[in-house]
Amino acid sequence: MTFTSFDAWWWPYLFILIAGWAATDIWRYLGVFVGGKVREDSDAMVLVRCVATALVAGVIGNLIIFPGGALALAPMWLRIGAAAAGFVAFLAVRKQMLAGIIAAEIVLVGGFLALGL
Amino acid sequence: MPDRAFDWYLRGVRAAFSIPGLILSSAFIGFAGLAREAGLTVWEAMFMTGIVWALPAKVVLIGAILAGASLPAAAFAVTLSSIRLMPMVVALLPELRTEKTRTWVLLVLSHLVAVTSWVMAMDRLKTVPREMRTSWYLGLGSTLVIGNMLLVGVVFMIAGQLPPAASAALLMLTPIYFLTSLWGSARERAGHVAMAIGIVLGPVMHVLLPAFDLLIAGVIGGGAAFAFHLARKGRATT
Repeated sequence: MTFTSFDAWWWPYLFILIAGWAATDIWRYLGVFVGGKVREDSDAMVLVRCVATALVAGVIGNLIIFPGGALALAPMWLRIGAAAAGFVAFLAVRKQMLAGIIAAEIVLVGGFLALGL
Repeated sequence: MPDRAFDWYLRGVRAAFSIPGLILSSAFIGFAGLAREAGLTVWEAMFMTGIVWALPAKVVLIGAILAGASLPAAAFAVTLSSIRLMPMVVALLPELRTEKTRTWVLLVLSHLVAVTSWVMAMDRLKTVPREMRTSWYLGLGSTLVIGNMLLVGVVFMIAGQLPPAASAALLMLTPIYFLTSLWGSARERAGHVAMAIGIVLGPVMHVLLPAFDLLIAGVIGGGAAFAFHLARKGRATT
């Protein structure tokens, strides 16, 4: 039962509804009903944030190491180098995300064109 | 809607056109490229944008689709990545509601909660008269949702005609967006530890156990970071 299991037009939408909508809005709705009983600085919330962060970081790692499309044309050292350059620029320029994004893209596109890809 | 409420709704709409809104748009430009790469149709990508809304949840969902995860595994990974929406809604409600606000209004508005609109609301709701806050937040949140749905649709259509260098740049947007935003928004050191472990564990598990790579990265990376947090706290108090 993966995203591509069935050929019906509605299957991807059902997949998105269950694995996407239900999985996110259940927490938003619970927040409405639970009210003021959750503390942001409790240990349980630290664990929740750690798991969420590691999950998204896992996707980020995969997108850099095993990319699809045109990004896969760039050698791995260039992809990691571009990400590292963006991260360093982000830290250097007072944690401005825009600085990180621009630096990573300059390194990636510069390297891409220099290699004649 | 009475005139005054509509006026505050429009102010909420205008608040969406801002630097945080612009940065979020860059992330959705990247998401459109990613969704296309994962084999979604343009309608599926726009549907996912509106119905899930929180970008981390969507990125995890796309990651699960790319890995060929089953529906239960994908749903579980997205659920784990979204628990944090609950305390965000809990923190926002006292700012948003009046004694007369109906529950269904809050349920509708809660769907608009994701990091960008939440940070903006927590920052600016105090400047909005209390009985106008739901109108203002509806303006802000719905504009961000609908605007980015349209943006995803447009970028998705263009993405197929881009030269390879631009296409590669498009696919680099999502990783670099989260690389910087996750690091910047971490409230405690453990968040950085979780990020460092997850970013390595994701690709390693992608090779070893592709269908469960994200779940393992999340549970082991998050658990290890939490253990680090407890150990650090223990040291600080003894």
